[in-house]
Amino acid sequence: MLNIIVEISKYLILLIMILYTLESFWVFRYEENYDQRYVLRNQLLLIIFLNFTAFLIIFLQTEELKVLYIFAALILYLIIVQALYRVFYKTSSLLLLNHMCMLLSIGFIMLARLDADSGLRQMAIAVAATTLAMVIPVMIRKMYFLKKLTWLYAGVGILLLLLVLVAGSNVNGAKININLGGFVFQPSEFVKIIFVFFVASRLYKKSATFMDHVITTAVAAAYVLILVLSRDLGSAVVFFITYVVMLYVATKKPIYLLAGLGSGCIAAVIAYFLFAHVRQRVVAWQDPFSVWETSGYQILQGLFAIGAGGWLGVGLGNGSPELIPFVQQDYMFAAICEELGGLFAICMILVCMSMFLLVVNISYRIKKRFYKLIALGLGTEYAFQVFLTIGGVSKFIPMTGITLPLVSYGGSSVLATIIMLAIIQGLYILREDEDEEFERQKEKI
Amino acid sequence: MRNLNGKKRKYEKQLRREEELLKKKRKKAKKRKNREYSIVSCFFVLIFVSLIGYLVYFNVWEREDIISSPYNSRQDQAEDRIVRGSIIASGGEVLAYTQVDDQGNETRVYPYGNMFAHVVGYEANGKSGLEALANSSLMSTHHEYIDRFKNDLLDLKNPGDSVVTTLNATLQEAAYNALGGYNGAVVVMDPQTGAVLASVSKPDFDPNTVEENWDTLVNDTTSSILLNRASQGAYPPGSIFKVIMSLAYLREHGTLDDFSYNCTGSITEDGHTIPCFDGEVHGEVDFTTAFAESCNTSFVQMGLDLGASSIQKTAEDLLFNTDLPISLDYRKSTIDLKKSEGIPFLMQSSIGQGTTLVSPMHMAMITSAIANGGELMEPYYIDRVENDTGDEVKSTTPSVYKRLMSESEAETLKNLMTEVVNSGTGTELSGESYSAAGKTGSAEYEAGDGSIMTHSWFIGFSNVEDPDLVVAVIAEGAGTGSSVAVPIAHAIFNTYYYG
Repeated sequence: MLNIIVEISKYLILLIMILYTLESFWVFRYEENYDQRYVLRNQLLLIIFLNFTAFLIIFLQTEELKVLYIFAALILYLIIVQALYRVFYKTSSLLLLNHMCMLLSIGFIMLARLDADSGLRQMAIAVAATTLAMVIPVMIRKMYFLKKLTWLYAGVGILLLLLVLVAGSNVNGAKININLGGFVFQPSEFVKIIFVFFVASRLYKKSATFMDHVITTAVAAAYVLILVLSRDLGSAVVFFITYVVMLYVATKKPIYLLAGLGSGCIAAVIAYFLFAHVRQRVVAWQDPFSVWETSGYQILQGLFAIGAGGWLGVGLGNGSPELIPFVQQDYMFAAICEELGGLFAICMILVCMSMFLLVVNISYRIKKRFYKLIALGLGTEYAFQVFLTIGGVSKFIPMTGITLPLVSYGGSSVLATIIMLAIIQGLYILREDEDEEFERQKEKI
Repeated sequence: MRNLNGKKRKYEKQLRREEELLKKKRKKAKKRKNREYSIVSCFFVLIFVSLIGYLVYFNVWEREDIISSPYNSRQDQAEDRIVRGSIIASGGEVLAYTQVDDQGNETRVYPYGNMFAHVVGYEANGKSGLEALANSSLMSTHHEYIDRFKNDLLDLKNPGDSVVTTLNATLQEAAYNALGGYNGAVVVMDPQTGAVLASVSKPDFDPNTVEENWDTLVNDTTSSILLNRASQGAYPPGSIFKVIMSLAYLREHGTLDDFSYNCTGSITEDGHTIPCFDGEVHGEVDFTTAFAESCNTSFVQMGLDLGASSIQKTAEDLLFNTDLPISLDYRKSTIDLKKSEGIPFLMQSSIGQGTTLVSPMHMAMITSAIANGGELMEPYYIDRVENDTGDEVKSTTPSVYKRLMSESEAETLKNLMTEVVNSGTGTELSGESYSAAGKTGSAEYEAGDGSIMTHSWFIGFSNVEDPDLVVAVIAEGAGTGSSVAVPIAHAIFNTYYYG
């Protein structure tokens, strides 16, 4: 009997995800605010319905009360966050908010299925992070001095990264975490935000000279270099790409884009020959079977999981994602492919893409250059991180060991991503204010 | 008045024009501003789309290969949903199947018992042989879709897919019986496709009782019963190494014609003496005779002339010290002709003694390449996978693994090996309705009690012009190649041609 329910739920979950994804793109066809709000409300219902179905299945299979706790907390969380934003930030981007809720939901479903305890922990962090993040949009509006703190950003960011390099604990050969009295803390997640603020505060002035750019580039290179030395390759690449994109958009000079990408390729080749751990990743990517017992093991287990899932997945609870080492942190995507299916995973990629386009669009419409660059930088970081982790897990590109924002397990990552999205919401609201101001001035004339 | 009107109109016209110009400028500015954003957006959309494209590609083309990998233990989780499929010989004989009784208890049955023990393997306390290699196919199901769905819903098991091997039950039986009471191994291959037709290893065990006898099997350290000697064995090649020496000589000199040597029954160099087998004196020999008679002194002299590195290089061209394209567990053949070891070591190595170690499977592969005009076909054991009603799920297409030698080199070696059968140490194989070629070997080794024993080797193939079968035979401690290994090959060829 349970078999029948799981089998049917599989199709239901996929259908909900497809509908949600379609509506993410469909919503832009409506000119009227009223129609848009209808679609967005609809999406929220779909999210809740998805959670209901998935958690029901997980509970029926595990009969663990913790699963119900997560479900109750999650539904409460969704309703409160959505309500608060609708009351206090009327002009925020509800689609962005929906996407955040959707991706968090997928993460919590998989966590409840894999290990309910980490699900509860993640829930506590998400609630704390969101509470903290509620004030960020206000802060963005009030704090005009943010763009003047250039060297504070540079200093704090580099110090944090150096701290990891010197005192970080070793996880699978990479230094990523710092242990603070029982709390494991991943500074690079927060430095990502600081880094974007630094670059934006250097580049926003139109009067910036070539020399200024050289200095900015040198500092950015220092960030990347420290990350490479800590063997946090994923973050290093994300920082690098983000800098190149921000520099290009700020200066409007294609030559910077080409030079940036070109030097990136050269640096990658040099890193390949210089660092054994880079070579190891490339070997594990080219032929994971040849290093089956060591670095290829995780990649292959991930591929076996994606393969086992096929298009439709084997159904929640029917797969064996626990065979993949570190599945909750690095290989959440493979677990999703296995149990919820390749089509579901593709929809999720589309949702991530929609999220990125939304942020870029926000950035495009902001008039103040500093804020514009921040939105763009944060969006780029998000998109490239998604690409690195999904590409790495599916063996499209070499594995860099980076989390899938909002979906993977990891306190720092969730905290940083929620703050990041709150900043973007703040900028979006600012932009709406600008528009209103503009309309009012127009009327006066 | 009219003038004034005209002026006004002119002024308005100018105003409009300016406005339009301004609009155009603004539009242009907007476009310029837009360009960077378009490029960045397009770049990232492209990245996301390629990611999706890759996932589609993976699911359509890569998926089957990945999940059927022998490393994939995920299929074992399917035990409560699938009844393990059967392993079948090329002629349809069932080599392994799962019996389900009324209570739903499953027993794995091996109707041929010991005969296919190593190659088919076992499935208890871990897996070996084809049971391990084909595990994911056996534990997958391509049962008819509607019935499968129904079984899924009703919590009934689906029948797993069957694996049809390349193994020929008749040849396997012939090889198994011919090896008789000797320890050792026999490999039979089709040189034109790479299909492994028979693979025997002795001592053997009964896969039906592996679980009961596990402790005895594992604790047996003297005869290593569980070791598949065909692919994992490590034997000194003895005189069959002369095939490799001949190729090394051919590559150095371009021809064998100008070789001649006066065999006096033994050769001494650096205080070390190597005799011909049984102290036989071959007299004045050319290359073909030296090879056919397996004249040790000729090949020792040849080795001294060629030098260690030339021999080592030829051996490595023939896949010594290299990963082999064998899908079952295997041992790499090893050769290490260090110059520092001195002249006596080089002399020993030239006749396949020394420290060089080979597996019967690897020797069969080299012989296949010679028989097949220099090209080595990739050996394979699984011909196809079928669902429970016999519909094909996937099949193996024979493929060239690598060219090991040129066509003319293969032809030259073929002629040498033919002469072995016509006039040399393999004459027992002559006078049949089929032609044959090969090389015998008698590899000396020190037995456990310190006495010197001889492994009996033969590698060869039948129907020389359009080869049908390649065999590699080793009988441990059995004596000379011609006395034991050649008759075993003879029995296999006879079974194939005369039934």
